Amino acid sequence: MSGAVPDPDVDKRPNAHITTASGQTLMTVSGDWTMHHGRMLEAILASGKSVTGVNLSIDFVGITGLDTLGALVLARLREAVQKTGTTVTFTGMSQEQELLLSEISLSPQAVKSHKTINLIDILEDVGRAMAGFGRDLINGVSFLGGVMAAFGRVMLRPRMFRGAAFVQQLEAFGFRSVPIIALISFLVGGIIAQQSVFQLRTFGTAAFVADLLGILVLRELAVLLTAIMIAGRSGSAITAELGSMKMREEIDALRTMGLDPMEVLIVPRILALIVAMPILTFIASLAGIFGGGLVAWFYGDVSPDVFLTRLQGAIKFNTFMVGMIKAPVMALVIGLIASIEGMAVKGSAESLGRQTTASVVKAIFMVIVVDGLFAMFFAAINY
Amino acid sequence: MQHPVPKAERETVIEVRDLAVGFGDRLVNDGLSLDVYRGEILGVVGASGTGKSVLMRTIVGLLPKKRGTIHVFGQDMEHLNERERQAIERRWGILFQQGALFSSLTVKQNLQMPMREYLDLSESMLDDLATMKIEMVGLKADAGDKYPSELSGGMIKRAALARALALDPEIVFLDEPTSGLDPIGAGDFDELTATLQKTLGLTVFMVTHDLDSLNTICDRIVALGEGKVLASGDMQAMQNTTHPWLKSYFSGPRAHLAVGKGR
Repeated sequence: MSGAVPDPDVDKRPNAHITTASGQTLMTVSGDWTMHHGRMLEAILASGKSVTGVNLSIDFVGITGLDTLGALVLARLREAVQKTGTTVTFTGMSQEQELLLSEISLSPQAVKSHKTINLIDILEDVGRAMAGFGRDLINGVSFLGGVMAAFGRVMLRPRMFRGAAFVQQLEAFGFRSVPIIALISFLVGGIIAQQSVFQLRTFGTAAFVADLLGILVLRELAVLLTAIMIAGRSGSAITAELGSMKMREEIDALRTMGLDPMEVLIVPRILALIVAMPILTFIASLAGIFGGGLVAWFYGDVSPDVFLTRLQGAIKFNTFMVGMIKAPVMALVIGLIASIEGMAVKGSAESLGRQTTASVVKAIFMVIVVDGLFAMFFAAINY
Repeated sequence: MQHPVPKAERETVIEVRDLAVGFGDRLVNDGLSLDVYRGEILGVVGASGTGKSVLMRTIVGLLPKKRGTIHVFGQDMEHLNERERQAIERRWGILFQQGALFSSLTVKQNLQMPMREYLDLSESMLDDLATMKIEMVGLKADAGDKYPSELSGGMIKRAALARALALDPEIVFLDEPTSGLDPIGAGDFDELTATLQKTLGLTVFMVTHDLDSLNTICDRIVALGEGKVLASGDMQAMQNTTHPWLKSYFSGPRAHLAVGKGR
């Protein structure tokens, strides 16, 4: 309410008054030697270091407050002056001040070296990145082997299969992703139909939108959109979950109980992804074609009858299968990358964030690379 | 801390009156009153779930209270504005049970976090001050460049204590400082607490289960139960209480061992 609190700082400023008389230097310190006056204390330390003489006596009588910073400054001052061969004595200290000063231990002040960036550093970084990429690849293959071995073990002893975990993950990755994936595919299908109709109209062949949409959505779009959404939605969840379990030593706890984290945690998740992906891809295909069909009808004046007839003529069973074959492979890629990154988390919260980001970025990148490889493969075998 | 107060006219730094804190319908603290005096080491004990940590967290403002008043340094915590609260928060430091060191920062950066926020110091001075505090709590200077995940349990406690002391607080709250430490490590930590209390003139509010700490370094013990303070006083007074839990806690075989060692 009053607002104007008198500033106590002004009259309690730390001060060091130096007088010299017959070879004796007397430094009278006064005021609050506390953190509050950090810069002033630093200034006193800087100027005080130049004191020379045979004896320096530091008188504490006027001091009104001393905390660890004040004590540190005094100790550094004493250290600096003693180096020049001057003897330093403290006088007028209270018991507490003496105790505090005696507890201050001085370690040599670290000298910071400034790092300069040069060409060699850049080359070194590039080299490290390439080596890291190679290591990632080898890790990925060896992890895939581990997962396959765990799959095999589960297959041989079906009782070991964690049914409850599998269903739980299937719900999280599959069922709960349906709305967002259907919505995205619906919208993208609509946008593509609109663009196609717009271009085809100039040739008077707007009805061909059905051919274009059907092939594009079934072969590429549905599976790519689904894979990217799942990488962002479920891949990140797997990494974060495994990573935080690693941080809290839960994974170590599993191992000590004789349970293989690969079997208990990773196999159900990857399997759930492999089952969920084709279903989601199928739903995405339907939603995409539905969205495109609606736009073709209302925007392009292509009636549903014409659209469906053209669609039937344009797509064959293999068009549908191309998308479906890719789906489980994409799921495996996403699941593997997410699990590897999750198991790579170290103790800190920062590391968890870094690995989750890496998981999503790597998964999306690999999904697109794998899609490209599939495109080349299918073209080569004329499928 | 520069003006020691004689025992006779002890200043009350924390005054809790008729405090009630709870979750849902259940009240953990109900009608609790407590004084903490300047310069003492106060040990707070009680069975699990009697609200020791809840009391501590309520005093520092992490939990809302349902009833009662809390005065710290004579100021009612309820009627403070942001700035006044901050000024008080600068004057206490807290050691959390698990340390709560920021895992993405080194020990030294952890210590410098509050310093950068509140102090105006040059970079080299910040380093010097942080290193000094790290050595003050008995760690080697090179521990400053390590990350919390690279430290042992005892080192984490010490580093967390150093962070709690970063701004030279007047009160430190310690939440089970010796839990998870081996007996020798726990003893060392008690000694460190006592030394720092003397050198820095601290008031220590310590929640603990450790009979050794209670016996060797606490000036006064407060026992919580049934939402209230059951008893307060020194070890002797505790052993003479009639409350069944306190009786078994302070007169059990472990207590006799602790008292036998300490005295």
